[in-house]
Amino acid sequence: MSNIEQWIKQNTYHHSDFWDLKKMVEDKERQGLTISLCLPTLNEESTIGKEVVLFRSELMNRYPLLDEIAVIDSGSTDKTLEVAEAFGADTYLADDILPHIEKKKGKGENLWKSIYQLKGDIIVYVDADIKNIHPRFAYGLIGPLIYRPEVQYVKGFYDRPLTLSNVTRPSGGGRVTEILTRPLFSLFFPELTAIIQPLSGEYAVRRKVLEEIAFPIGYGVETSHLLDVYGKYGLGAFAQSDLDQRIHDNKSTRDLGKMAFGILQTFLTRCREMGIIDTHKDYETIFRQFQAVKNEYEVVKHDIVEDERPPMNTIPEYREKYGLDN
Amino acid sequence: MTPFENPVLDSIIEELPELTKQAEGMREIVLANLAMLGETPSPTFKEERRIRLLLDRFTELGLSKTSIDEAGNGLAVIDGQGGEKNIMLVAHADTVVPETVNHTYTISPEDVTGPGVADNSLGIAVLASLPYILEKINYKPVNNIVLVAGTKSLGRGNLEGLRFFLSNGKLPASYGICIEGMRIGRLSHKSIGMLRGDITCRIPEQYDWSRFGTSSAILTLNEVINKINDIRLPKRPKSSVVMGSIEGGNSYNTITTYARLKFEIRSESAVLTKEIADRIEEITTEVTSGHSETVDLDIFARREPGGIPFSHPLVRSTRRIIESIGVEPRLAPSTSELAAFIDHNIPAITLGITDGTRMGDENESILIEPMYKGLAQLIATIKAIDGGCCEQH
Repeated sequence: MSNIEQWIKQNTYHHSDFWDLKKMVEDKERQGLTISLCLPTLNEESTIGKEVVLFRSELMNRYPLLDEIAVIDSGSTDKTLEVAEAFGADTYLADDILPHIEKKKGKGENLWKSIYQLKGDIIVYVDADIKNIHPRFAYGLIGPLIYRPEVQYVKGFYDRPLTLSNVTRPSGGGRVTEILTRPLFSLFFPELTAIIQPLSGEYAVRRKVLEEIAFPIGYGVETSHLLDVYGKYGLGAFAQSDLDQRIHDNKSTRDLGKMAFGILQTFLTRCREMGIIDTHKDYETIFRQFQAVKNEYEVVKHDIVEDERPPMNTIPEYREKYGLDN
Repeated sequence: MTPFENPVLDSIIEELPELTKQAEGMREIVLANLAMLGETPSPTFKEERRIRLLLDRFTELGLSKTSIDEAGNGLAVIDGQGGEKNIMLVAHADTVVPETVNHTYTISPEDVTGPGVADNSLGIAVLASLPYILEKINYKPVNNIVLVAGTKSLGRGNLEGLRFFLSNGKLPASYGICIEGMRIGRLSHKSIGMLRGDITCRIPEQYDWSRFGTSSAILTLNEVINKINDIRLPKRPKSSVVMGSIEGGNSYNTITTYARLKFEIRSESAVLTKEIADRIEEITTEVTSGHSETVDLDIFARREPGGIPFSHPLVRSTRRIIESIGVEPRLAPSTSELAAFIDHNIPAITLGITDGTRMGDENESILIEPMYKGLAQLIATIKAIDGGCCEQH
């Protein structure tokens, strides 16, 4: 059996494997772990209320699996923060965390700053735009970290590759995964193709891993995490969990084009750092799309720079807060 | 002591402000149940998934006596402390919303919006949360509390689930409380006589199309409607014919071959209900006589009028409780689950939990704030029954 097949067999879970929340809480308490849930937001007022209510009710009040629920916001102009606060979430503006550091905008920025702000030994990231939110989106990811000390990083996916029927059906991620990330991984990091949805926004990670990896602030954050954790710990540090169906608004193909451009930048940069691609030329940061105006084609330029935050354990305030120099 | 004096009820009423405050602390559990259960589609005759989820919720709360009966009803028992009575709490598990509709709910600090949220996902969510709430407020009932999520309740379901349970269940109900999402203050203790049916008009395939534009199933149905409208109804006993829905036709320029009217006859008198139904049957025969159109009458649901009187201790106690939470009781008759209890001579009432808007729309909405009083009212009523305040001597 190849390494990939063995990993899929041993490290792929279904959220229902962790249905016994009482047992999970007992194991968590025995290990003395604390767990934080981070919901990165930007104008999510229609979905954030339900997310906070469900996680608080099920994973704090009934089963104390989570020690905190925090919303880290990029500057919403709607009532996202007001709604989240009304239902008892801790709310933060990303700009107010580590205010002395130059401000940057992007989901990756919120994720990075959450490492400083939140107190958990494990941080669970769940996107705030999920319409069919359910506690499984958190406990399905936390489970492998509680029961398998060697697992560092658990990724969510939304399909059932192992159906009970005899019909074989393709299984995989979204459009960007299938036409960009998976081909790239197949070329350069074949083992990482075992991760069914490398770009999913739902994952749970141990703090000690999060604090030592860099964070692109834009589209490339998930890709860079996988490459960095794989580089440091190998495939065995990952697990993945089937979270069943996830309902959210689909992005347009044009938006996915921008996303793919950002991911590709991050990927190529990492490959260059690892010495896999040998070039000294700086990559372009302008992504060009076209639109028809009357009888002419007009170029639309997007300046997409995958700016990056260094590992959090290099930030003096963080080292002081968590006593890394003691 | 007069029938109006009741120290046990007085003490329950004194606790209402504290109970309302405690109910506010249960917001998350009720809303979480509302989102999870409400987002699980449950059209009439297809309630299995919602019932299964509800049973899982009951089991997670540590209730050992949970089951699904032959009619698909979801059941759970909170054991009493030795009392012999069974207080039955019922919410219908089905909704009028088809499976194909997007069932996503939105929760804001003020309200919850989504299809079927008021009718009756909130009722089911309250049922699901009740064991947790009673445990948190440390209330151990003397008598058994039987929680029933009734299936096949609406439309052609005709209360089939609850009727089955009341006829075959091992736990005979001593009292019944029907829980409806809307509206707070609702206190139904009587059922009116009701007959519900469809009138379907059809034009045969071989219709003489040379009568272009002069005939269609819609025109035939229109004639039926006009004649029903001409039926003279007395002021007493109160009676009405509700024309609830009409459908037929596909486009601007096609002659309609099929049209259907959904209607309901309501009356305080069983005799009059029957008389109106007979008259409607006569109309359908009259309209089709001598024509090639067919008009079919299909009556599929019936309720007998009845219920407990206004002066019954259950109604009297509940009225006082509702008034004490600062809400005016609205004593409207019901054609819902209450009718099944009435058929079995079981004293029962229907209570509403909160207010809301856009009832029946896909963006139906309930308010969160009044829900706390609605929950307090429900718990106080359970306590009143359990404490013996509703016995008729």
